[in-house]
Amino acid sequence: MKLKGRRIVGGNAEGRVLLSRKPLSFLGGVDPETGIVIDAESDIRGESIKDRILVFPRGKGSTVGSYVIYQLKKNGVAPKAIIVGEAETIVATGAIIAGIPMVDKIDISKLKNGQRVRVRADEGEVIIVE
Amino acid sequence: MYLTKEEELILAGEYGYPLQKAMEILVALGEIYGANRLIPIKSAQIAGVSYKNLGKAGLEFLRDLAEAGAKVTVYTTLNPAGIGDDEFMEKQREVLEIYRRMGIEATSTCTPYYGANLPKFGDHLAWSESSAVSFANSIIGARTNREGGPSSLAAAIVGKTPNYGLHLDENRKATVRVEVLADVKSFLDYSLLGYHLGTVLGSDVPYITGIKPEKIEYLKEMGAAMAATGSVALYHVEGETPEYRHALVDKVEKITVEREHLMEVREKFSSGWDEIDLILLGCPHASLPEVKEVAELLKMRGRPLRTPLYITASRAVKALADSLGYTEVIERYNGRILPDSCLVVSPIGDWFEGIATNSGKSAFYFSSFGFEVRLDEAEKLIMEAP
Repeated sequence: MKLKGRRIVGGNAEGRVLLSRKPLSFLGGVDPETGIVIDAESDIRGESIKDRILVFPRGKGSTVGSYVIYQLKKNGVAPKAIIVGEAETIVATGAIIAGIPMVDKIDISKLKNGQRVRVRADEGEVIIVE
Repeated sequence: MYLTKEEELILAGEYGYPLQKAMEILVALGEIYGANRLIPIKSAQIAGVSYKNLGKAGLEFLRDLAEAGAKVTVYTTLNPAGIGDDEFMEKQREVLEIYRRMGIEATSTCTPYYGANLPKFGDHLAWSESSAVSFANSIIGARTNREGGPSSLAAAIVGKTPNYGLHLDENRKATVRVEVLADVKSFLDYSLLGYHLGTVLGSDVPYITGIKPEKIEYLKEMGAAMAATGSVALYHVEGETPEYRHALVDKVEKITVEREHLMEVREKFSSGWDEIDLILLGCPHASLPEVKEVAELLKMRGRPLRTPLYITASRAVKALADSLGYTEVIERYNGRILPDSCLVVSPIGDWFEGIATNSGKSAFYFSSFGFEVRLDEAEKLIMEAP
C-alpha cells in the first residue's frame, strides 16, 4: 500500500515504524545522547528512535527541539526518516538542519508500530512493505 | 512558493552551505504555512542564546554553521543570556562569541527596542523573543511572526522571511473582543490582566477595550504575560495601539474580564516573605524610567534590603543607569542591575528557592520551575521586604 503526503525534506529511507499517537517534544522529550524517548507524557517512552521511521502527529514544545534533532544525528542515534500528520516549525527545521528525510500530510492512522516501510520523501510517498 | 532566480541558486547551494541550509528552512516553512514568496526583513532578533536552552546540541549546530562561514545580512540582535556556574559561563561565552563571528550584534536583550534595534511601523521582521514579538507587533505596528531560534537565524542569514501569518493584513484583524470591566490601573494590574488573557486566549488576536494604560511599560508587561501563559503575538487596544482602527472587521466573540479573574491570578502567587530569597524586577528587561523608579523607592525605604534585589535590563539601559548614578544608589541598598541576562533562562535552582517579582511572565515561569513566587507591585516589594 502507498500513502501520499508532502515532501518536507528530500531523501529515501527504509526501516521499521516507531509510532506515537501523541505530539512529541524533542527538548526534554528525547535524550540526544541515546535517542531514547524520555517525555513522561509520551506513549513511546523508553523506546529508542535510532534507525526507526519515526511517526507522530506533530511536534510540540520548545523551538530548541530543532537542535536536539541535529544532535541526535551527530550522535548516530537519529531516526532514518520522520513522518508526521502535520509539519510545524520545530520538527521541520530540525529535520532540515540534520538532513533527515521527512514527509507530512500522511494519514498516520494507516501505519502500525513495527511495520516495515519505505519513505520516498522527494515524492512525498510512504510505501508499506509488509 | 515563488522563488526568484537568486533564491533558487541559493537553494541549489551555489552560495555555500550556510545560505543553502538557511534557505531550505525558509522555503520549508513557507510551504508548510502557505506563503506565496519570501519578503525582505529590516531586522532579526534571535532566541536560542542561553546555554541552558541551547545545550550541547544547539552549541554544536551554531559552531558548525559559523565554521562553514555563516554571516547575517540584516541587522540582528540576540535574546538574553543565562547566568550560571563557571562551566556554564564558559559555554555561554562561547555561544556569544559564535554569534558575534556571524556578524550579529552580541547585545542580548528581550527589549532591543530600548537601544540597539528599534523597528518602525509596518517593518517586516523576524523576531523570536515572545515579549519582543508582542511589543513590535502590537505597540509599534511592525510585523513579525513568533519565530523559533533556528528560523530567526535562517531569516537573518538570508535577509528574508516567508510571507505568511502576521506579515499579512488579514491575519492582523481581531479574532476576539475583550471587554475589561475590572479597574486596571497599576503595573501589577496589567501583569495580572496579561496573565489571565493568555490563559483564556491561546493564539487569538484580541481587541481590548476598557483600559487606558498610563505608561508604555504597562503594555509591555501585559503583552509579555499574555505571550507567556498563551501565545498571543499581537493585540489591539482601543484608542491606544497603532492598528486598532482597522482591527475589528468581522463579528467576533466577546469575552469580559472582571476583578475576580485578576484576583484569581494574584492568589496563585502569594508566598510569604519567609519563603523568598530574591526580589526580581525587570522582566521584560527594565526601561530607564523603571530603573530610576527603583532607585527612588530604595531611597524612600532608607535601609538596605536583607533579601537581595536583581534588576535585569539591557546593556544599553544599564550603561545609562551607571552614568546617571542610579546603579550606585541601587547597589547601596543591596540591589544589582544584571545587564543582558535573564534569570528565567539561567540554572539558578541551586541558588534560590523563592522569588518575589512584579512580572506576570516571571511568576508564570518560576512557578512552573517549582519556585515559591510572590507577585506584587515593585513599590510594595521594596517597602515590605525584610
